[in-house]
Amino acid sequence: MAGGLDSFDWLKDRIKRPKVLVDLSGVAELRGIRTTDGGIEIGALTTLTEIVKHPVIREHYGLLAEAAELIASPQIRNQGTIGGNVSQDTRCWYYRSGWPCYRAGGNICYADTPTGRNREHAILHAERCVAVNPSDSAPALIALDAKFVIQTSKGERIVDAEDYFIGPDIDITRLHILKPGDLLTAIRIPSTWAGARFYFEKVRDRNVWDFPLMNVASAMHVSGDTIEGIRLAVNGAAARPLRLKAVEDAVRGKTATPATGEMAGKLAVQGAVPLQFNAYKIPLMRNLVKRAIGGVEEAKWTS
Amino acid sequence: MRRSNGVLFMKNIDLRLRVNGQAKEWSIAPGDLLLDVLRREGYFGVKRGCEKGECGACTVLVNGKAINSCLMFAAQAEGSDVLTIEGLAQGDVLHPLQEAFLDLGAVQCGFCTGGMILSAKALLDRNPDPTVEEVREVMAGNYCRCTGYEKPVEAVLAAAVVARAFVPAASTVVSTFGASPHNSQAGHHSANPRSAPKSKKTDDKKRSSVLLGGQR
Ligand SMILES: Cc1cc2nc3c(=O)[nH]c(=O)nc-3n(C[C@H](O)[C@H](O)[C@H](O)COP(=O)(O)OP(=O)(O)OC[C@H]3O[C@@H](n4cnc5c(N)ncnc54)[C@H](O)[C@@H]3O)c2cc1C
Ligand code: FES
Ligand code: FES
Repeated sequence: MAGGLDSFDWLKDRIKRPKVLVDLSGVAELRGIRTTDGGIEIGALTTLTEIVKHPVIREHYGLLAEAAELIASPQIRNQGTIGGNVSQDTRCWYYRSGWPCYRAGGNICYADTPTGRNREHAILHAERCVAVNPSDSAPALIALDAKFVIQTSKGERIVDAEDYFIGPDIDITRLHILKPGDLLTAIRIPSTWAGARFYFEKVRDRNVWDFPLMNVASAMHVSGDTIEGIRLAVNGAAARPLRLKAVEDAVRGKTATPATGEMAGKLAVQGAVPLQFNAYKIPLMRNLVKRAIGGVEEAKWTS
Repeated sequence: MRRSNGVLFMKNIDLRLRVNGQAKEWSIAPGDLLLDVLRREGYFGVKRGCEKGECGACTVLVNGKAINSCLMFAAQAEGSDVLTIEGLAQGDVLHPLQEAFLDLGAVQCGFCTGGMILSAKALLDRNPDPTVEEVREVMAGNYCRCTGYEKPVEAVLAAAVVARAFVPAASTVVSTFGASPHNSQAGHHSANPRSAPKSKKTDDKKRSSVLLGGQR
């Protein structure tokens, strides 16, 4: 347990009953933000508030500051850590209420039944389970090409941000690759995308506190109007934050215009399968991707 | 060990911390929430709302930072400095934030008020001259079902004017009031908070609503 904001929920509802609970919050080595030769390193126990306020992150990696600033409430950002944010579990309420679903070891997905309430659930890559990853920082870290440093019993392991997250096809009981005993110690962000053109947008039901229905993060190197390089990720669409590689490939070399965005948006939602109550997520994702690439068109007023 | 309902229970541990400036040593269970311990020890201004981190009624300042005490083990507060709403007034003299909330009628049922004022205090401590947006942002973690936030936000801005005027030098009082967009409200405060008479604008109804919110 780090800040405990995800964990307390499980403990209080008596759904998880661990024999031992290790509070990491006192481990000073896991805290803090360091600038390194190739970028920055953020200790896993660094709070979201520290990230939002950090001058180097604000100046060079504003995408992450923006994403972190939109998480929950000031109190939660004061307590919640970046490591906990990327390692948090899904918010599917059937699962969180302790229903014996696939993810909990059972053999049904309650959200994916004719009467299931699934407005917040997945439109892509669902396999048995239709839950989504709720993290706001995750897509920003993927767009920034962050590396996650993991301490395992066998030694240190470094993975790309997008490979930290897994879907139900790989393991239906977890959203990330950590095995029992593994510790996420730090997140490294290379300077490759420092100061790039960033876009982050989060859509939620209320403008504060709420988890995302969906979010998008992009980092682009643009010269003139041409997209020379891009990394793009969305979350809230599937059980893991999705890096949209096909879209990245399709827009590289094109102009960063609404027309390119339009094309990218359509490509992004290819293969999307809506559930009963979440069809709105398809146009939502299309438009978020469009805006991330082509920018936000000013509303045009006539009269 | 587990109780019959499955809840873990362990031997009590000693918790040493400062609450509202006073050193305390309490015996707590390792699984006690900070919220529960504070209320058990009589700090009823710390409210139990949702217990899920959603409402902010349980907000306290731990080492100057606003946190939800329902989502923190008391044991995690070991060695820290905790401020609850009870620690704001100095004897009979209310904190400028408290005065402003009363003067402007920013308190209705009062359940959210303690947490809201503490969130605002954390902001004013690091930024004595916040913008409206900054005030709104910092209060976003405190649900208020009554006031609609207009009055509380005004109250924080008014209190900021008063606090700024008093902390550095009394000679700046008049000009600061004059420059304030809220000078009409802020003007209700007397120049010296230590000798401040109760504001005329504060009626009994508002006082008792604070009591209701403050005691249980
Ligand atoms: C009311 C509320 C609203 C919220 N809104 C949002 C939101 O809008 N957007 C959003 O993204 N999140 C939101 N959250 C989630 C919250 O912000 C994150 O869960 C928080 O950042 C988690 O951090 P933590 O340190 O408290 O996690 P913890 O609860 O301490 O940990 C979460 C999980 O990660 C594991 N873990 C933590 N750190 C490590 C580590 N270093 N190594 C290995 N495993 C680790 C823990 O074992 C646990 O399983 C919200 C939470 C609440 C309660
Ligand atoms: S009781 Fe703690 S946030 Fe609601
Ligand atoms: S909840 Fe804010 S005054 Fe009632």
